[in-house]
Amino acid sequence: MFRYYLKLGALSIRANPALSALMVAAIAIGIGACMTIFTIQHMMGSNPIPHKSEQLRHVQMDSWSDANPYNGGANPPIQLTYTDARNLLAAEQAVRQIATFKSGRIVEPEDPDELPYTISGRATSKDFFAMFDVPFKYGSAWDAAADLSEEFVAVISEPLNERMFGGEDSTGKRVTMNGDTFRIVGVLDTWSPVVKFYDLNNNAHEPVEDIFFPFSTAMANEYGNDGNTNCWKPPEGGDRAAFLNSECIWIQFWVEIPNQAAETEYMNYLDAYVEQQKELGRFPRPLDNRLPDVEEWMILNEVVDDDVSVLLGLAVLFLIVCLLNTIGLLLAKVMRRTKDISLRRALGASKASLFGQYIIEAGMIGVAGGLLGIGTTWLGLLGIRNLFNRFDFVEKLTVMDWQMTALAIALAVVSALAAALYPTWRACQVTPASQLRIQ
Amino acid sequence: MLKMTDVSKIYRTDTVETHALREFSLTVDEGEFVSVTGPSGSGKTTFLNIAGLLEEMTSGTYELDGRDISKLNDRERSRVRNEKIGFIFQSFNLIPELNIFDNVDVPLRYRGLNAAERKRRIEESLDMVGLASRLKHQPAQLSGGQQQRVAIARALAGEPRFLLADEPTGNLDTHMADSVLDLLSEINSNGVTIIMVTHELTLADRAKRNIFVRDGQVTDAAPEFLRAANG
Ligand SMILES: Nc1ncnc2c1ncn2[C@@H]1O[C@H](COP(=O)(O)OP(=O)(O)O)[C@@H](O)[C@H]1O
Ligand SMILES: [Mg+2]
Repeated sequence: MFRYYLKLGALSIRANPALSALMVAAIAIGIGACMTIFTIQHMMGSNPIPHKSEQLRHVQMDSWSDANPYNGGANPPIQLTYTDARNLLAAEQAVRQIATFKSGRIVEPEDPDELPYTISGRATSKDFFAMFDVPFKYGSAWDAAADLSEEFVAVISEPLNERMFGGEDSTGKRVTMNGDTFRIVGVLDTWSPVVKFYDLNNNAHEPVEDIFFPFSTAMANEYGNDGNTNCWKPPEGGDRAAFLNSECIWIQFWVEIPNQAAETEYMNYLDAYVEQQKELGRFPRPLDNRLPDVEEWMILNEVVDDDVSVLLGLAVLFLIVCLLNTIGLLLAKVMRRTKDISLRRALGASKASLFGQYIIEAGMIGVAGGLLGIGTTWLGLLGIRNLFNRFDFVEKLTVMDWQMTALAIALAVVSALAAALYPTWRACQVTPASQLRIQ
Repeated sequence: MLKMTDVSKIYRTDTVETHALREFSLTVDEGEFVSVTGPSGSGKTTFLNIAGLLEEMTSGTYELDGRDISKLNDRERSRVRNEKIGFIFQSFNLIPELNIFDNVDVPLRYRGLNAAERKRRIEESLDMVGLASRLKHQPAQLSGGQQQRVAIARALAGEPRFLLADEPTGNLDTHMADSVLDLLSEINSNGVTIIMVTHELTLADRAKRNIFVRDGQVTDAAPEFLRAANG
């Protein structure tokens, strides 16, 4: 029967081309609006490192004030103090660990005629690259010795390598920033995670930094922090040493935890560490150490903008309006076909078989609307990309992956079926004889 | 085989109640060829529609093949229509988008027969009405008489035990009407029970039994009365 209904559906669509085209268009437009916004929301919150995200944990510990807990006590602070970052790094209790912060640099070109320019930089430890599966085009990460002895070594991004060296293998070459000359040991291959998960302090979707150098080197040479700094009490003194000793948080700290056992072990270590710090008069709050993985970290940091959810709500409303339209069009179609319906009823079609026939026809309209909806979504995303092309990250968010493509079709079919319910019910109410009488 | 007892049918609209049938009682035996005549508006079509399970009666009892029809649900009623009853309408009622083959196919599809069996039955019944060569034609390409033959083939393809015809020749000229009647007589001689509504008494005479309907009831009135009423 299914094939027969498909055939009847095709016939009916061909018999009413204008009406059918209007329905397909209404669905496609509604789907386009919804899926455009939903794709952006989906990409905003999509996992940037799915194969490994459960092993990558940000360290959270409650170093905050007892009188005025961080975030009302809902969760521990989202960064670490320098004291704790340094201690955890030195303890090496996880398979891999990094302390990191963002630090902008000014490049001083070798050519005296060329003007200096600013780039974004990141102080981090060598494990950064292995932990986050960062791809290299040339060279590699620096070694442990470089971290230990505060060497001036750097890994640069593909775009910076393009800019400075025309894309050639620049390992061994030098780059001078803010008076310090670094030796390039590695050049990244294209690396643009949809979410810059390892540091969500600024824009969660901004591109990765232009240059990476050892955390130890940055600290020894007093590099400034471009991220957020939060303090619950002022440093005891105005100099850098006082700041580093303070309870101000400003460093991101990640560990790699391969399994459950390692998690328990690391948690035990953190608890012991905090207990020990409590004895030194720090950590006034109750013990609250956490190891959120990448997805939990993104949720905690509200990577998906609330504004987008509001927009999505509006888009869904728009889809509903389109569907109401479709309902009207389907009703018109049913009304035009009452004679056919009552004839089929007279010849033995039950209400159930009529229902099947009409639902399958609606499903076909839905599939057509979904296919066209992929096109309208694509156009919508293109429009957004052009409208906001001054933001680099928009490009990453306006890509339709296979999940969104499949969802567009599924949503279109479900919408069409939902829209078809009432008209189909009406069709089933047509009595067998009503339209066959003449007189 | 068909037994209606005190069947009544009332059409209610906002303002009027029409008693289309009142205490209508009739028994038709297997193999009969019954004609139903009566003035326009007397309830002939209503009777046929109720007999064919196209409409529900307001009150009374109706047994078909010994089964009380009022107890059937939609699916069962549809099945009885599909398997036991063939309809022929005055206005043919072919589906214009479908070709002749597919039109005859419609009731067989709801029967759930396989493709080979459907094909066999369609060709056989179109052969019987003399249109085996027009399988691929659209209804609009055929004359009125040919369209009515397709409708008869459609009614026959399901191999029904009952054929209900509502003014089957009303839209045809005398010559075509005669040949349709020949066809119905042939079908009846094959054992199919036929009830045919008509207002042409010459055609009614070709049935084995004539009944007369007036004001929604079977009457004893003589044909002369009707002859007079018809003018
Ligand atoms: N669907 C309907 N609604 C209201 N009245 C109807 C309906 N169908 C038939 N009638 C009325 O019922 C009466 C009998 O109609 P019908 O059975 O069609 O008569 P016939 O076929 O003998 O000409 C008529 O008065 C007609 O107007
Ligand atoms: Mg009539």
